This record gives sequence, C-alpha cells and structure tokens, in this order.
Amino acid sequence: MTTNVWTPQSLVEHALATSTADACVAIARDTTDANLRWANNTLTTNGVMHNLGVTVISVVHTGDGVATGSMSGSATTQAQVTALVEAADAAARAGSPAEDAHALAGGEAAADWDDAPPPTDIHVFDTFAPALGEAFGCAGAEGRVLYGFVSHSHTTTYLGTSTGLRLRHVQPTGHYGCTGKDTSLTRSAWVGGATRDFSDVDAVTMDQTLAQRLGWAERQVDLPAGRYDTILPPTAVADLMIDAYWYAGARTAHEGQSVYSKRGGGTRIGEQVARQGVTLFSDPAHPGLECTPFVTAGTSDNEQSVFDNGLPLGRTDWIADGTLRSLIQTRHSAGLTGQPVTPYVDNLVLSVDGGTGSIDDLVADTERGLLLTCMWYIREVDPQSLLLTGLTRDGVYLVENGEITGAVNNFRWNESPVDLLTRFSHASETVPSFSREWGDDSFSRTATPALRVPDFNMSSVSQAM
Amino acid sequence: MTGAELDPTFLALPYRDLGDVALARARELGAGHADFRFERVRYQHLGVRDGMLQGAADTEDLGFAVRVIHRGAWGFAAGVVLTPEEATAVAERAIAVAVVAAEMTTSPVEIAPEPVHDDVTWVSAYDRNPLTVATAEKADLLIGWTNRLRGHASVEHATASLDQVQENKYYADLTGTRTTQQRVRLQPHFEAMGTDPRSGVFDSMSSIAPPVGRGWEYLTDGGYDWDAELAEVPDLLAEKLSAPSVEAGSYDLVIHPSNLWLTIHESIGHATELDRALGYEANYAGTSFATYDKLNTLQYGSNVMNVTGDRTVHHGLATIGYDDEGVETQAWDIVRDGRLVGYQLDRAMGHLKAELNGGRSNGCAYADSSGHIPIQRMANVSLQPSPEDITTADLIGRVERGLYVVGDKSWSIDMQRFNFQFTGQRFFRIVDGRLAGQVRDAAYQATTTDFWNSMEEVGGEDTWVLGGAFNCGKAQPGQVASVSHGCPSALFRDVRILNTTDEAGQR
Repeated sequence: MTTNVWTPQSLVEHALATSTADACVAIARDTTDANLRWANNTLTTNGVMHNLGVTVISVVHTGDGVATGSMSGSATTQAQVTALVEAADAAARAGSPAEDAHALAGGEAAADWDDAPPPTDIHVFDTFAPALGEAFGCAGAEGRVLYGFVSHSHTTTYLGTSTGLRLRHVQPTGHYGCTGKDTSLTRSAWVGGATRDFSDVDAVTMDQTLAQRLGWAERQVDLPAGRYDTILPPTAVADLMIDAYWYAGARTAHEGQSVYSKRGGGTRIGEQVARQGVTLFSDPAHPGLECTPFVTAGTSDNEQSVFDNGLPLGRTDWIADGTLRSLIQTRHSAGLTGQPVTPYVDNLVLSVDGGTGSIDDLVADTERGLLLTCMWYIREVDPQSLLLTGLTRDGVYLVENGEITGAVNNFRWNESPVDLLTRFSHASETVPSFSREWGDDSFSRTATPALRVPDFNMSSVSQAM
Repeated sequence: MTGAELDPTFLALPYRDLGDVALARARELGAGHADFRFERVRYQHLGVRDGMLQGAADTEDLGFAVRVIHRGAWGFAAGVVLTPEEATAVAERAIAVAVVAAEMTTSPVEIAPEPVHDDVTWVSAYDRNPLTVATAEKADLLIGWTNRLRGHASVEHATASLDQVQENKYYADLTGTRTTQQRVRLQPHFEAMGTDPRSGVFDSMSSIAPPVGRGWEYLTDGGYDWDAELAEVPDLLAEKLSAPSVEAGSYDLVIHPSNLWLTIHESIGHATELDRALGYEANYAGTSFATYDKLNTLQYGSNVMNVTGDRTVHHGLATIGYDDEGVETQAWDIVRDGRLVGYQLDRAMGHLKAELNGGRSNGCAYADSSGHIPIQRMANVSLQPSPEDITTADLIGRVERGLYVVGDKSWSIDMQRFNFQFTGQRFFRIVDGRLAGQVRDAAYQATTTDFWNSMEEVGGEDTWVLGGAFNCGKAQPGQVASVSHGCPSALFRDVRILNTTDEAGQR
C-alpha cells in the first residue's frame, strides 16, 4: 500500500485552495537535521530527523472586525492539511476581533517557488567525524577530555497567501562547540562557532586550540570579586547584544516597560543610547549571515503579527552611530508609536567605527586585565537598565603587560549590555561570532567585535571549574 | 484517578503497525536493543494584553522515532510520514547512524534491564482537558483577569496567558514492552505593570500560581484562589513601586514555596542528575559539584533537609506511568538528613551505577518530541516538610532582621551548580519577627551547599506547595521538559542580599 507524499508547495496550494475564510496564509517548513554529541572522549548520542510542518492562518471578517485562527501541525498528506485548514477556519469564525488587523501582503510567485527542499543528512559530517575520532585519540594520549556537539540543519520555508504571494527560503544552520578539560577536571577551555556547511570546521584544529588554551591555565591565580579591565571576545559580545536586541520591542518600550522607554511616555528612539560610532543592525542579506528576507509569524504578540506574514525585510539599523533608531515593530505597533515598520530579522551585527585589529591586539594593549572565553546562564535581572546576570566559563585568563600569564577563577557578573555600549574603551574589527548562550537553539547568526571594558562588574566569585 | 480516558483520536493512529514494522526491521538488521516511540503532542497558547486577545495558536507535533543499540553505539532516527515504508526507512537510518557512531564510541553502550510491561496504559489525573474547552471561553477568562487588574489606578498594563498541553506517547521495544499514555498540563499566568509617577520607576507583579498537571478545572474549581490573588496584586504592585531600595548585606531569609521551588530546581534538581555529575552535560550547562565519589558523604544541607525524587506525585509535571525507555516510574531519596544519598537515572546510568537502584533505572528518561532522542530529565524533586505543624508566621517570628521572599523572577546558576543568584516577585522586610513593608531591587546570591546548610528550619505540611516549570532546558540538541517541585516555607540564616541598582552602577 502506498500513500502519496505531497511536496511542501503542493501542501501550501492545497491549504489555500481549501480554506473558506476571507483570506489565508499557509506556511510549510521542511526541516532535516543531523547531529553528533560527545563526552569523555567518546560519542554519546546522535540523530537524524526529518520534519514537515504546516501552519495555516485563516482570516475572517466579522461584524466587529477581523478575526484569525492559527493551526500548525506535522503534515505530510493533503488530509492532514485539510484538517488544519478546517480547524483554522473554524477558530477564525469563532474568534474575537484582532487589534493588529491589516491587509495581507500581496505579490506574486518567487522564481524559486517550485524548487524542492535541499536536505542535509549525517554525511555532512563525513570529514568532521573521522577527524573527531582522531582528536579523541590525541586528547586521550595527551591528558585532555573532550565534550562537545555538532549540529546541521536545513529548513526550507514555503509561504503562500490568498493574495497571491509565493515565497521560498532555504536556511542552513550549523554550529560546533567543544569543551576540553584536563583529567583532573580543574582546568577547562572552550571553542565554538557557527558554520553553514561544515566545510570550514576541523576537529583536529579544534582539539589543538583547546590544548593551547588549557596550557594557558598552567598558572592559576585567585582573584576576588570586583570591577576589572576585561576583554570580551566576539562570542561574549554576541551573547550580550542578542539580549539587547530581544528586549528591543517597540510596544513594550512605548508602554513604559523597558530600558528603551522614555520616562514620561514614548520610546527613546532618537536618543543617544551608545557611544558615537556604534551601530547595531540586522540585514537578511548580510554575507555569511543570510536569513529569511520576509516575515513569518505563526501567532501575534508584542513583537510579531500574523497579518505581517510575507512582508519584505531589509537592512534595519537598531542603533546607528550611537543613536537608537528603530525598535522591533509590527504594522500595529508602528501605528501606535508613529514609527516605520521594522520587524524582527533573524541575524545581528555590531560594528564600531574605528574598531580595528583582532582580539590579540586588544590583549597586547592591556597592562593588567582579564580575557574571557565565553559567558553562560544569562538572565535579565532588572528591566529598568536591562541589567543581566551571568557567569564566565571555560577560561578566564589573566593578562599582564600584553601577555596571557595564567588562568583565574570564574565569576558571576552583573552588567547591562546597553550600558556596556557606552563604557567600552576599545573595539576590534567585527567578525562572524557565535553566542554560546543562544546559538544552539535560538540565535546563531551574529557578527561582533571583541570589546574591552575598563570596569566590568565581576560581582561574586564562582568556584565552578 | 479521575475518569480521564485515552483520546480515541490518538488510539485511531497507526502506531502499533508502524512500531511492529520498525522493530522487525531493526531486529533483522541485528540491533541488540531497539525501541519505537510514537508521539502526538498538542499545544495551545493564548495571550491577552490589556483586554484584547493578542494571539491564539494551536500546534500539533506528530511523528515517530526508532532508537537502537548496534555495534555498541546508539543510533537514532525520526520521521513524520506515517507509512510502513517510512517506518522501515527510519529503522534503517537508525542502524546506519549507529554504524557511523560506532567508529567514535570508545565505551560500548549498555542499558539496565527492565521487566516487560506488556500493553499497559496510563492517563494523568485531570477532569477536563483544556483543549476541549472553547477558545472563546478560555480567552474571556483571561481577558476578564486583565480588565480586573486594570481597574486599579496602579496598574497601567496587564497581561494574561494560558499554555495547554496534551501529550500522547506510544512506546514499544524488542523485549515486548508496550505502553500507551496520555498527560495533560497547563500553565496559566497574569502580570500587572505600572510606573511610579514621582520616581519614574516601572515594575510588575505576577501571579505566583504554579503550572500543574491538571485540566481546566484548575482555573474554575476554586482550589486555587484566583479571585483573592487578582484582588491583592494591584496593591502589592503599588507598594513595590514606592518601596525603598533594599540595603545590601547579610539577612536571614524566610522563603515562600513560590520562590524556593526554583532554587531547588537549579541547585538540587540539576545537580543530582547522574549523567550531569558524570560529565555528559559538560559542553552545555556544565557538570555538578555532587560528584559520584561524594555519595553518602556530602553534607548537601542541614539535617532538616530531606529531598525526594519521583515521577509519581499526583498532578506532578514530570509524573507519568512509564518513562520513554519503558521503565515504570518510581520514588526515591536524593538527600536524607542533609546528606546526598541518591541520583536521577535512566537505563544507561542505571547500568553504569548498578548499586544505586538494584541495577535498574529509576525512570527519568524523556524526550520532548518524536524528533528528539530520550535523555535523562528531571524528576519531580521536592523538599519534604517538617512533621511538626510549623507555620510560615512561626518562621518569620524567629527572625530579628531579615527578608520574606515570595514569587520567582530571575534565576541563574554556574556550571557546577555552585554560585547562584535569584530575584523574586516581592521582598518584605522582617523586623523583630514581623513583616514591615516591601523593599525593592533585591536579589539573593549564595553558594549552593552554604545555602542549604544555613537552612535552620522548614515549615510543616500546611505550608507545602507543589510548584514547577514548563521550560526546563537540557542537552544538545536542546529539549524542553516540564517538572514540579514541592516544598514548604523555609528559614535560612545569613544569606547575601544584593541591591541590583548598585550592581548596575546606577546609584
């Protein structure tokens, strides 16, 4: 017995043809995914996964306004899609008027609409995997223990609307990360990064870098809590800037509930929030960080609207030359705030005018300070200032007269990323970076400089190793 | 147990046939162990802001997975096409992945045996599946909440939300175990926001109601007093907005279960996951100070500290009949009289440290969807109350200078579960055994074993509340799990309190 397996495009067409609502958006996402995980110099778990999901958003004009229904599900057959459509239509008919109602984006079919989704599979690791085996051997022989993870996925999105729009986007997402410890588990180091296809990731190099960084910890120094001249590598800057971005919703700012709110009402758009020369932007076409160039939204909330599905996205400056320029908008919040429509984009770049050289140059220039590897467990403590708390981890190195002279204990820090953008003293050039905190599952497309902060608040000592 | 029954729309799905086909193919290809897991998880999220339904979305995940042990390695594959051909293909893919993995697996995978559970079923304890309640009825309730809150001068904005889940799982393996299960859980929430007109300070006050393994009746049967909480939150917000900023320093703390559950989660729940203690989470959230060599010797806390793990407590978010490796769920001690005596296990851990549980897993394997591999996830980890009838007021009465902490807010803990920092919904000064008004900008920070060893007393059974979370994260690729933590109120001596505006360098 065989059952037809329908293409994602045909499922979108079927949804739009079946809906009896006044308007409809149908989004199909085909995802393939492969991963390898290791610990204690051996592979632990692994996986390959295929998923095809469809979201149907039905729009119905009622007496009082416009209502919607949103239904999503794994759907590989027409029958499954029909069930989603019927449920979405019914939910819209029973729904209350939506405050964010706008006409759906119109348009036509993109040139690549008929192209199939390109899959990834376990073979994306064909070069990496044997090198990893070699790295296990090397590490074991030299007294290192490796723990890590690699992941690669392809998600192809097909978005169609009853207003004629047909858009397709292929999104590769990949990342690697490896922690190395010595056998006494008293020293720890980490390397990691984002990659689009694993052609640029070598496990032996990964292990060698870890060996070098573990070597920096030969001399161990205990330091107390306090404010330190600290070099944040691009990965840590990515961690911090992602939170500065995620909390940059226009509606919450406008309604007096964020660091971007102006006391007395409204947003701080137009005010200086960072040093001159600082630009924080997103751009779906940014080379190496390419992401979906149109809005996709399965539900409406403060920062997204189902009515905005299919709206084109372009370069958006959140902060330009130190001035707050935009906050995350829907057409609804743009109306509330009187600002342009600047929806969320799935990448982020921080650049600093005059930021030159590499992190090594920042180190060479530092008389006495700390060089971090990365951060962890970052959470918002106080929305007034966007004060965050977090930890350092896997290598805090002491810099003396431009050289790394040893390793220091870990710390818990309390800092605001917005405030840091006014206090840093030096910046390197912007490079592709990977947020350890958010990169795995939530946000892996960033480019940031390293930043040196003269008075970084290491609030308490963490004895974690 | 209530009368809730297995959903017939789930029973109509072809999981038995697909499972038979997949397992037969895995056996044919030589797998030593093979299991098949078929899942349908339904979610609905409702979000309300200032009297309007802002967002409503329903999602259904449906698919299956095959997991094998072959040539000493795990192999895992998952798919969503519900045909015998795909079931065969997924089994073949799992074997192929195991072959690749075997080259890099230096210690062969072995798992603890489990008695066969042939064709058993289990349904969680609830009366009315919230997914069967009309969306308009649920939305109206939440809208009503925000309108009631905004009726007060101190509340400028109010939000409310409801997350509902119906989870159905079918598990079958080569030994003959077959389990069919269903769980329902929900997480209601509301928050009131306002600004102090004089200082310009803004803040919020949330409901402290926990998420629960219950149905719609949680919102309607009066068991949780929503009316009382909706009535008191606006005044609590007003008081917080104009409260003095806390003076940093060392204080005695009385912590209400609505805050303490999260400290338990981070500093005990995660620290006693055995796979974490053995290094398997080192590249993600880290390891644990509670290493295996410290079993039975580590003084985790004071002698009033007794902590249990279970996947059996009524309405517990981690509660289920059989785990995702076919293991019947259990209850056991983790800390007794302050000493570390147990861990949370899956079948691999149960084999590795057979002395812990008679060579058996204690049932903590869970995958959050068919597309993810099962891993050891947190059981309901709970602090036991005192056998004496000690009230929260009694505990407050023992404090000359301290703070009473209610409701959870921010959280963070380091990579070995040592250094943590938490805030809360509200902090009240305690002066000479009495509450003396709120303070703001407070956070408590400590090292886990110092903190639990400073616990002088726990409240009695009447102070015990089953709290919990919908969003515990673990592993790579990341998985989400829901888990409950019961605890009484508790008294801690000499805990460090920070002023968060000092920390921001803004005072």
